[in-house]
Amino acid sequence: MLCLNNVKWKAEDGAEILKGIDFEIEPGKLTVVTGPNGSGKTSLAKVISGVEQATEGSINLDGVELIDKDITERARLGVAYAFQQPVRFKGITVRDLIELAQGSKIEEVDVCSLMSKVGLCTNDYIDREVNDSLSGGEIKRIEIATVLARNNAKVMLFDEPEAGIDLWSFNGLVEAFQELKKNKDMILIVISHQERLLEIADNIVVIADGKVRIAGPGDEILPQLMQDEKAVACPVEKENN
Amino acid sequence: MDKITESLLKLVSDWDDDVYNGAYNIRENGGCAGRQSTDNIKIEPKEGGKGIDIYIKEGTKDEKVYIPACISKSNVEDLVYNDFHVGENADVTIVAGCGVHTDDEEGSSHNGIHRFFVGKNARVLYEEKHVGTGEGGGKRSIDPVTDCQLEEGAVLEMNTQQLSGVDHSIRTTTGKLEKNAKLIIHESILTEGDQYAKTDFEVDMVGEDSAVDLISRSVAKDDSYQEYHSKIKGESRCIGHSECDAILVGNGKVNAAPELFAGDLDASLIHEAAIGKVAGEQILKLKTLGLSDEEAEKRIIDGFLNA
Repeated sequence: MLCLNNVKWKAEDGAEILKGIDFEIEPGKLTVVTGPNGSGKTSLAKVISGVEQATEGSINLDGVELIDKDITERARLGVAYAFQQPVRFKGITVRDLIELAQGSKIEEVDVCSLMSKVGLCTNDYIDREVNDSLSGGEIKRIEIATVLARNNAKVMLFDEPEAGIDLWSFNGLVEAFQELKKNKDMILIVISHQERLLEIADNIVVIADGKVRIAGPGDEILPQLMQDEKAVACPVEKENN
Repeated sequence: MDKITESLLKLVSDWDDDVYNGAYNIRENGGCAGRQSTDNIKIEPKEGGKGIDIYIKEGTKDEKVYIPACISKSNVEDLVYNDFHVGENADVTIVAGCGVHTDDEEGSSHNGIHRFFVGKNARVLYEEKHVGTGEGGGKRSIDPVTDCQLEEGAVLEMNTQQLSGVDHSIRTTTGKLEKNAKLIIHESILTEGDQYAKTDFEVDMVGEDSAVDLISRSVAKDDSYQEYHSKIKGESRCIGHSECDAILVGNGKVNAAPELFAGDLDASLIHEAAIGKVAGEQILKLKTLGLSDEEAEKRIIDGFLNA
């Protein structure tokens, strides 16, 4: 179980981005976090992974408090995070990155299975550097693969995994998430605006203006969102109205 | 050959099981510690023992020649002249490399003056590693000078690495490329402490459709200082590309001064350069995979230098 209690975070300029986030996420279920641009979704992902340190509150994973732990410690405790904007490296190949993610050498057959989940052919990519020669979509898929490769992951956190990914690969990605849901020990969080991902979500959390605006089972929340498309675009506006 | 030389050979070349598979010349402390020719590759000493001529027969394929030079003690100033005569249509690998070891406050140096005469349509892969080892403050210097003359259609690919422990290095490389000739140079340099390294390239593309691709990656740590200067001259329809990337760690400093000269309307010359510290986002990404700060930085630098 991942429990967030009154999680707050301020940006360097002092602006309060997360204003007290509370929710609980059970393993074996897909939780999609959605909300308008600038609502704090990516900040929330960074705070959970430790890329940014919360200024207040509690993040508890299976009874272990994460709030004072750094990125490395959280990763070793099982927090896996796919960046919204993947990082490029000169001199580090796709194989290197996958092996670093897994923590050991990886067999060719396993690489192939992993890469196919994100819509890439191993032979074409495994020895390529994760550098500027890769397109935005290619590097995004490799970023996702680095999370899928994590052996010790208890929490998999994907920030807008659909961005830059073509339809064919996206279908594969949806299947990958559905497969991951079958792991009853895995806490699966996807930040997304994508309707198909919202449709397969067990739970949906809507963030707006740094707070949880609504949260609940997907089959209850999604109809509300779909009833009024403006609610997806701007729940704040809806509330004000 | 002493044990230190053997350990240096393992670091700078494919030395394994006390043998090289192919032609070789091992230079130790200014003298010859072993030499072997093959049917296709003849190694002959120059007069006065100041170097060797390596003759590679026309059409020689898939053979390697090893010419490592090692210094295993202090107070050695080694200067050697090696000339490579590569016959037409040959396709060979040359493994060079130099290690300098000192264990006291006295220094040692190795200056290798290499000239490559690469015949028509021949291909050469040249691999070279430099390393310094040992205790004490004696300066370990390696100052290679290389000149490449590439005939029509010749291809020379040079992969050079300065691994660690070399206190002073000035690397000078010049080249002249005839029609359709291609020169590819990938160098990587690591300096630490108060080491100094300078790279100076000047390549002249005189032949039509000749090409040069020069990629330099360096890491300057601690208080070390590196200088990079390249001059690519395009005097006909040709393609030249140079890329100089450097990472600074601690108080490391790098001065990069690339230069392009186009003397023909159809010369296409490009230079790219980037100097900076290890990108914070790269460290963050590797930390999210479970690496510590130190492990992440090391992995990024190792990958950068070995690419």
